[in-house]
Amino acid sequence: MASPGAKKQKADDRAKYQKLASSIVPRPQLARNIAVAFVVGGLICALGQAVMNAFIASGMTGDEATAPTLATMILIGVVLTGLSVYHHIGEFAGAGAAVPITGFANTVAAAAMDFKREGYILGMGAKMFIIAGPVLVYGILAGVTVALIKWLSRG
Amino acid sequence: MEGSSLDYVIAFLVGGAICAVGQAVLDLTRISPAHMLVLFVVVGAVLSGFGVYDRLVDFAGAGALVPVSGFGHSIARGSLLEARRLGVIGLFTGAFEFTGLGVATAVFFSALIALVANPRA
Amino acid sequence: MATRRIGRSTVRFAAPPVIVSAGTVAGPMESRGPMARWFDEVVPDDMFGERSAEKAERRFMGDAVKIALTQAAVQPEQVDYFIAGDLLNQVITASFTAEDLGMPFIGVYGACSTSAQSLTVASALVDAGFADLALAATSSHYQTAERQFRYPIELNIQRKSTSQYTATGAGAVLVGRSGGKVKITEATVGRVIDMGTKDPNQMGPAMAPAAAETIFSHLADTGRDPGFYDVIITGDLGSVGSQILLELMQRRGVPLGDNYADGGVMLFQGVRGTGVGGSGCACSALIMDGFVWKRMCEGEIRRALIVATGALLSPLSWQQGESVPCIANAVTLQV
Repeated sequence: MASPGAKKQKADDRAKYQKLASSIVPRPQLARNIAVAFVVGGLICALGQAVMNAFIASGMTGDEATAPTLATMILIGVVLTGLSVYHHIGEFAGAGAAVPITGFANTVAAAAMDFKREGYILGMGAKMFIIAGPVLVYGILAGVTVALIKWLSRG
Repeated sequence: MEGSSLDYVIAFLVGGAICAVGQAVLDLTRISPAHMLVLFVVVGAVLSGFGVYDRLVDFAGAGALVPVSGFGHSIARGSLLEARRLGVIGLFTGAFEFTGLGVATAVFFSALIALVANPRA
Repeated sequence: MATRRIGRSTVRFAAPPVIVSAGTVAGPMESRGPMARWFDEVVPDDMFGERSAEKAERRFMGDAVKIALTQAAVQPEQVDYFIAGDLLNQVITASFTAEDLGMPFIGVYGACSTSAQSLTVASALVDAGFADLALAATSSHYQTAERQFRYPIELNIQRKSTSQYTATGAGAVLVGRSGGKVKITEATVGRVIDMGTKDPNQMGPAMAPAAAETIFSHLADTGRDPGFYDVIITGDLGSVGSQILLELMQRRGVPLGDNYADGGVMLFQGVRGTGVGGSGCACSALIMDGFVWKRMCEGEIRRALIVATGALLSPLSWQQGESVPCIANAVTLQV
């Protein structure tokens, strides 16, 4: 195995190479990407507002309208995924498509469509939340913890 | 929320801004989209704890609720409201108070769509 | 005493085996690029009418093999070894194709360097007298690679400024003692090089040092300079990776000239949505078994160095935070 000196040499070589590589690797088109994410993400949220207003107009409170609004947006995301449209929006808009809840729906539907080839139980059933799973897990961990602290501190 | 056209403008601006921050995180760091989404859902829950996200929702409606940070907030808020009502049990059932409908919708319709649609490159 | 070795990494075949025939099958994206006219078969449906992308990939490899055999009017029973590999776990495309063919099978894995790797093994077996005919094949498929290494196909993902696009297709080469114009004269087997690149979106930058190392070793072992070759073609560095390679070779005092090109860039030049170029086993295979071999048969290219590059990562290794070990395997083709 490599001696300590050789190890140090290797680490130095790597650092030097990474410096060279990063000087050649093109920067992301930050301004373009952020602008597109802003507009597309904003439009999806405005659509969400329309859905929410419709539920509120039917007599719900803001709190009551939250769940059906999210569910409607999720349904839209799932359908657009099934039509093979959502990944194009994602390619174009990046976080503008990934951050809205429609993107969450896309991760579930895309995984379901993709993994069904490995069977409906161990494929689709087991892997449907392969991307969305962490969002649920950490959402619940963080949400419940936050609620617990707040509840205990103020009752 | 009264359903004026200003609602839409504010939802667009606030929702768009949250997504823009997400894009900046993706482009300026090396974290994967999955890590970014987890970061947002946790930040949403934490901001909810400080009462910040509630105010943002009052101000921007869907502009704050539709981004995945709003998902974290919805979990935290549901959990807190139900804990106050039911105690410890509510702390956990409340996690799905506002989000359960969405999660079940995602599962149900994703399975349905997977039956009829195939991935296309 | 190994009589065919010249230097640390290179072998020179005593009686250089020849390429008897070659078959290439390409998918729809590949057929939109400038290389399309060099492919034997172009398939408009990347699913090949199959139910899974993995099955489709097998069809690509199977067809490439069939074309090579038909061209040479050789029956499967006459082939002594089938040497093949692909990107999928347990090289299932190669193994399942081998089952269909019924030839003695050697499964190989060199990620995207498999084209040159399998050709090296085939040539060595023929040269050493273990075989009269050996068939080397490799394939890759956009959908199967995405599924295994990245994300579900329909997932919303934005390509990074360094992302490459996995080529869909396959190449097969029949190697024999005689009956072909193009000879395999030398082969340089690469060392595994890891310069610490961790980002799975930066395969070109990860592989460039391996390519530089193999080209450098090859030239040192053979005593040649880059100008000896009409073309030096790397497998799939993409535009960013090949730019880095040029810089690395410059710094090592062996600058590459106009005779250098990258297969990933050649394959998808001007094709929208392919990032900085093609990748995957099929990328170098389509260029080598299609474009290069046919140009050599026509006498337009006389000496070619094919440097197929491979990133030897797995989803497991990068999730565990490991950087990407890479390899480059080179073969010299001469008329």
